[in-house]
Amino acid sequence: MPWRRLALSFLLLALPVLALAGAVQFAQSLLLERIAITLCINLVLVVGLQVFMGNAGILSFAHIGFMGVGAYAAAVLSIPAQMKGMALPDLYPLLEGVAVAPMVAILAGVAVAALVAALVSYPLMRLSDAAAVITSFALLVVLHTLMLHWSAVTNGPRTLFGLPKATTLGLAAGAALAVIAVALLFKESRTGLLLRASRDDEIAAGAIGVRIPALRWRAFVLSAAIAALGGGLWGHFITSFSPKAFYLKETFVVLGMLVIGGASTVSGAVLGTFLVTLAFEGLRAVEGALNRAQLFAGQVVGLTEVALACAMILFLILRPGGLLPTAEIGALRRTRPESDR
Amino acid sequence: MTAFLQFVVDVLALGGAYALMALGLVIVYGILRLVNFAYGELIMVTGYTLFLLGGSPLPWILMAAVAVLMAVLTGIVTDHVAFRPVRTKSVTAVLITSFAFSTLLQNAALLLISPRPRSVPLPDIFSETVRLGGVVTPVRNLITIATAVVLLALFALLMKRSVLGLAMRAAAANFTMARMLGVPANLVITSAFAISGLLAGIVALLWLGRSASVAPGIGLEPLLVAFIATVIGGMRSLEGAVIGGFLLAFIDTSLNHLLPQDLLKFRDAFTFTAVILILLWRPEGLIRGPAAGRRT
Repeated sequence: MPWRRLALSFLLLALPVLALAGAVQFAQSLLLERIAITLCINLVLVVGLQVFMGNAGILSFAHIGFMGVGAYAAAVLSIPAQMKGMALPDLYPLLEGVAVAPMVAILAGVAVAALVAALVSYPLMRLSDAAAVITSFALLVVLHTLMLHWSAVTNGPRTLFGLPKATTLGLAAGAALAVIAVALLFKESRTGLLLRASRDDEIAAGAIGVRIPALRWRAFVLSAAIAALGGGLWGHFITSFSPKAFYLKETFVVLGMLVIGGASTVSGAVLGTFLVTLAFEGLRAVEGALNRAQLFAGQVVGLTEVALACAMILFLILRPGGLLPTAEIGALRRTRPESDR
Repeated sequence: MTAFLQFVVDVLALGGAYALMALGLVIVYGILRLVNFAYGELIMVTGYTLFLLGGSPLPWILMAAVAVLMAVLTGIVTDHVAFRPVRTKSVTAVLITSFAFSTLLQNAALLLISPRPRSVPLPDIFSETVRLGGVVTPVRNLITIATAVVLLALFALLMKRSVLGLAMRAAAANFTMARMLGVPANLVITSAFAISGLLAGIVALLWLGRSASVAPGIGLEPLLVAFIATVIGGMRSLEGAVIGGFLLAFIDTSLNHLLPQDLLKFRDAFTFTAVILILLWRPEGLIRGPAAGRRT
């Protein structure tokens, strides 16, 4: 893709994020601000998943696990020293006095997750197809088991609290924009191009000398680092969480956003995030209203997930590539004949 | 000696259940080359059917039969909802539709029944124990071993001796060629899903015996077991699935005996690390199946 179209794509994708942030600043509504920050963090997560899934063409379940790694690593570093005794009673003495600025902690979380991903994923990148998907699923379970039981740094299955509230709308929006730029650049980089060649035809790409496992590994590490960024931001936005936040439910939501938008394009990831986040907030409001009105005997739970699941199945049947299956948004406007490109 | 015997019985009982779970997953994978993420929910459906029938005056064996039948039907519905409309499109699309279908079923159970575990009726024999050559073991374990032996034998007979088995093996080896030679594709695929549901339903009865209750998330562990067993054994081979199931049970039981108490809670992490090591050594699994044919 020529640079002009790439820049145009970025501008067109940045525009709704900036417009949303601006509108929220103007409206001064706490509810809107919460939705906008959630949306920006979702953007980070979904675009991060797109970096691996879109380019390598392999479904990865481990993504949200790395979000958890980032969130916990950042939390251990950023919880104020006087809170640590209560929030993490079993913490190693070495870490007890450590309390750095949230920004530094989030970046450290990114580094930790990238390191973990780099170490564990290298052997897995040789696998393709279903075996790769299944092992990534197993990796998610391993990470979840660790978060659930490594009480020293995660407080076990209990809620971890006491994180400073540091994620502002500006920070979240800035991170989302940066991640969109990185994803677009990675897609057009040499690594991204070769990787997409291997996605379309593994054998042909291997025959022209593409070292597929090494390329996939780069994409996976980058994707895990972005997930950890999302996790760190989310942790410092929500300020208390437990390991079950980083498991199948969140995986399903993030995957749904990516699939509905289109996994092969960054624009699709962004579009899907916007649509699903807004639909989700709407449905959650309906669920809340139903529960308040007490029309039914028990609590209404799971309605949002049921709706998203139906939407995903319908989408995949009717439009398996998602809303934007091949071209980035900046390349949609002018479709010239083949010979002109 | 007693400890050894205890170990063998544990491995065989766990392995029998694991092997049946893996077989149910791999029979669909072998033909379609597609993983069914909604497989664990077949076990959930069996459990909830038992729960709903719990108050009725029917004898248990009839309730169990109805519950297994529901699992078979759910298996066939999975094919029609999550697989048939997208199976020609892309591998990722089918993985995601089956994942979505699994979430749909789980959340439907949350919404319609309850997020909390519900108890299921079980015959008394499930909670009894027997003494066998100095080893005390639940009768449930012996039932599991017997069921596994009988079902594996029946399954082998079906695959090797019947026309349906022949058609299924042909479809697994080369789907396009099998179709050209007149094997009805949809019938073979639907049968595979029905057999998958049957195996899942029967395993579910044994699996539910451990906790005597059912919750929306109950399918996750069996699904993982089946996944890992098939990946170790070789995704394309039915024998591989059985061997993988027993091997996984061996690893799990050994870790239960060997790991100190404070590391035991990380057992899953150790198991999956072992799996990753096996895959490093043999990326295609222990047993290679027929040469990869193309789907549809």
